[in-house]
Amino acid sequence: MEQTMSANGFVNLQETTIARKTKQVNRSNNHIKGEKIFKGLLNFAGLLLILVVCGILITLVWQSLPALRSLGLRFFWTDTWNPVTNVFGALPFLLGTLITSFLALIISIPFSIAVAILLGEYFPKGGFSNFMRSTIDLIAAVPSVIFGFWGFFVLVPLVRIFEIKIGVSPNGLGLFSSALVLAIMIIPYAASLGTTMIKMVPSALKEGAYALGATRWEVLRSVILPYSKSGLFAGILLSLGRAIGETMAVTMVIGNSNDLPKSIFSTGNTMASVIANEFGAATDHVYISALVEMGLFLFLVTFVINWIGKAVIKRFSKNG
Amino acid sequence: MKKNIFKFGSLAAFALAFSIGLTSCGGGNGSANGSDSASSSNEAITGAGSSFDNPLFSKMFAVYHDSAKVEVNYQSVGSGAGISQLTGKTVDFGASDAPMNGKQDTAAGATVLHIPVTAGAVVVAYNLPEVKDTLKFTPEVLANIFLGKITKWNDPAIAAANPGVKLPATAILVAHRSDGSGTTAIFTSFLDKVSPEWHTKVGTSSSVNWPAGVGGKGNEGVAGVVKQTPGGIGYTELAYAIQNNIAYGKVQNKAGNFIVPTIESVTAAANINIPADGKIWISNTDAADGYPISGFSWVLLYQEQGYGNRSQEQAAQLVNLINWMIHNGQQYGAALHYAPLSAAAVSVGEALLKSATYKGQPILK
Amino acid sequence: METKLNYRIAKSKGMNWLIILLSALCVLPLVFILIYIIKAGIGAINWNFLVSIPKPVGEAGGGIANALIGTAIIILCATVISVPVGIICGIYLNEYKKSKIAYWASICVDVLQGIPSIVMGIIGYLWLVLPFGGHSAISGSVVLAIMMLPIIIRSTEETLKLLPDSLKEAAYALGMPFQRVILKVIIPCGFSGIISGVMLSVARVAGETAPLLFTAFGNPYVEMRLTQPMQTLPLLIFNYATSPYTDWQNLAWGAALVLLIFVLALNLLTKLITRRWKVQL
Repeated sequence: MEQTMSANGFVNLQETTIARKTKQVNRSNNHIKGEKIFKGLLNFAGLLLILVVCGILITLVWQSLPALRSLGLRFFWTDTWNPVTNVFGALPFLLGTLITSFLALIISIPFSIAVAILLGEYFPKGGFSNFMRSTIDLIAAVPSVIFGFWGFFVLVPLVRIFEIKIGVSPNGLGLFSSALVLAIMIIPYAASLGTTMIKMVPSALKEGAYALGATRWEVLRSVILPYSKSGLFAGILLSLGRAIGETMAVTMVIGNSNDLPKSIFSTGNTMASVIANEFGAATDHVYISALVEMGLFLFLVTFVINWIGKAVIKRFSKNG
Repeated sequence: MKKNIFKFGSLAAFALAFSIGLTSCGGGNGSANGSDSASSSNEAITGAGSSFDNPLFSKMFAVYHDSAKVEVNYQSVGSGAGISQLTGKTVDFGASDAPMNGKQDTAAGATVLHIPVTAGAVVVAYNLPEVKDTLKFTPEVLANIFLGKITKWNDPAIAAANPGVKLPATAILVAHRSDGSGTTAIFTSFLDKVSPEWHTKVGTSSSVNWPAGVGGKGNEGVAGVVKQTPGGIGYTELAYAIQNNIAYGKVQNKAGNFIVPTIESVTAAANINIPADGKIWISNTDAADGYPISGFSWVLLYQEQGYGNRSQEQAAQLVNLINWMIHNGQQYGAALHYAPLSAAAVSVGEALLKSATYKGQPILK
Repeated sequence: METKLNYRIAKSKGMNWLIILLSALCVLPLVFILIYIIKAGIGAINWNFLVSIPKPVGEAGGGIANALIGTAIIILCATVISVPVGIICGIYLNEYKKSKIAYWASICVDVLQGIPSIVMGIIGYLWLVLPFGGHSAISGSVVLAIMMLPIIIRSTEETLKLLPDSLKEAAYALGMPFQRVILKVIIPCGFSGIISGVMLSVARVAGETAPLLFTAFGNPYVEMRLTQPMQTLPLLIFNYATSPYTDWQNLAWGAALVLLIFVLALNLLTKLITRRWKVQL
């Protein structure tokens, strides 16, 4: 009796253990299955990313083939843009992009480096620094269409007055106005990266220089700036990449003319603004394709610039 | 603890936002399905094109929405874009102030009907606060201004046409269109006919290589630049100039008269035989009291409406709308300074509209 | 000697002031823009402005309800699409650092981040508008979602990178399977970083105009269907800003103020979150 009872108890115990075990096995099976699904999902997400980017690239290349075929490399160095005769030369827009973004860069560099020094060296912490940093970040957050709107109503009339003063044709709208708007827009990019880079200068170096009797400016000029120059350069490159691709603000203040720009005060078009203006209206497939080709070129140029910028940062951070 | 509460709060907020997002998207889909199946009579119609027509169209479509309960989404993106979007079959109808050219016809792939809906004037609008008189423009002066050869307002050529008017020495800023535009086509077709130099250097098209000036997007953009810039000159549809108190000049026509753009002078120019396909240019008119830079504007639609996954209801709705525009809709033109269609033009439009089919069957009985 | 030293000190002081002056000048544009837009926009905003749709061209009055609702719908849908994908991609990049695919995927994130917005507009038109026979809100949402991805992915990845390995190891030691470690331990710990990335990405695309030019297209009516064209705030600002109609310009200033407040508030909120939890982005 006792035997059977205990045997029964044992059996029961055994059964429950087995049940629990199978449950556990089932659960871990489920876990393994879940893990497989989850890992599959992760891998799929990674692949999806690559697919999207490749898809974008392939679409752009595919769609620009007709223009490449019918226009060839002439596309990049002829200056006639004539949808009527299907002759497309992108030189005015290449120049427009080049002039506006480099002018913007030149205007913005003193400002962005000053901010970087201020936040990286003079006031690395504290309320004032926080205020400055927030303000600069907020500039980066203002939508470009609002910059364009403001530029059109506030900056352009000012530029017109300036142009009358110096005696050039008072368009107001033009390359110069867009460069000014762009300069404001890109300062935050170079400034925030520059701040980080200047903060990374080892304090031993700075203290050494101070100990030798250098003034603050001398420390800046001969220690901090040389040490962080590649980082600052990278920041400037990234802001250039941003300026080249900028569309709306530029479209609203550049004057949209398809001629070769004669001076920095003349009207023009950038590659991005010409796409914004004409892509919706292009019927002929060579016309569409010429615009897509410009988009592809824009894509490649910004990619290369960002790439170099990021490579410089990587090297700098490794050294630092 | 406090931190946890805050964290939980933000988690909840995020979850809430997320679920709202889901439901609103779901809701959006749901209503789309609902209206697709249940009440396709209230399907929205999408159109795009001419900004020349926009003041008139937006009025017409607002009235039509009130009476027929059909939403017509018309985007004023320029005639060129109207044609290309119709060709890309992304809109139900296009609108253009220039008939489609051979290349555009080829791209369209099938017959596109041109239904004349209105006629209007392209005016020479300028911004000279000092000048109170209405300026007169001869064709030569106009061509030379837009060629960039006349750069000051007190140029002798302008002064010669405007005796007694004290012209300022302000620099001229030419404003033109940056997008493909029927307004440009009407304007350049006039300059092309009157100026040999314009003909050889620039020509006529819906987008040309402008020798001078700044580009604005749409009639809106050109009028905006002119209004914004002292010394500015540009060409826009009459309604844009009047509604925004921008001065506009008289232009000398073929008969040698300086004509103020009005409904009457446009009607005079439009008073000619209209071919059966509706396509006709009326710039540089022979009529002695006709305004020389006038033009028709057309609604464009595919003759065969049964393309893509268009339903018969959609096609019928579209044709009914256009039929309304050329009949009842005409009464809204006058207040906006568009010339109403002549009886002849209406009957041409009607005949064209009757030729529209859905899978081979005529739509309008 | 004395004079030279004085000169050096003076020069240093002068440069100090120059740097402070230049930095102060950088703040000015934002202040100007804010003041100008608030001044021009505040008068335009009233109840009617928020709830009614635009009037026919040239008629006074009207509002931007169509754009407000359109922007809300398009951005919500973009968020719904991009957040799960972005977070999963971020986890993938963090967990599979050494795999070949992850290496390329990581490069792709950089590429995506650099694509000019107008090019994304072209892509949206070619992928989603032409093949489906019409402009639609959803095509705009998808394009914006793609543009949001890099920010979400990077913030997820960076946040997860900062979490100590011991967290994960402890969870594994308790016998938790991989997916639960990620979903129940890693993500909740990095939640604030991820959410600030999401908010930043929303703030970034809320003001995007170029990708919507050829996709969402615009609509004078309040539209709820994702398959139809929709108006958005940036499109409305672009179209109305350069027009000659004073009424439209006023609507555009009002819309710009609404958009600016939304975007800046999101940014400040993100800052608050990151500062509170000391997240790095």
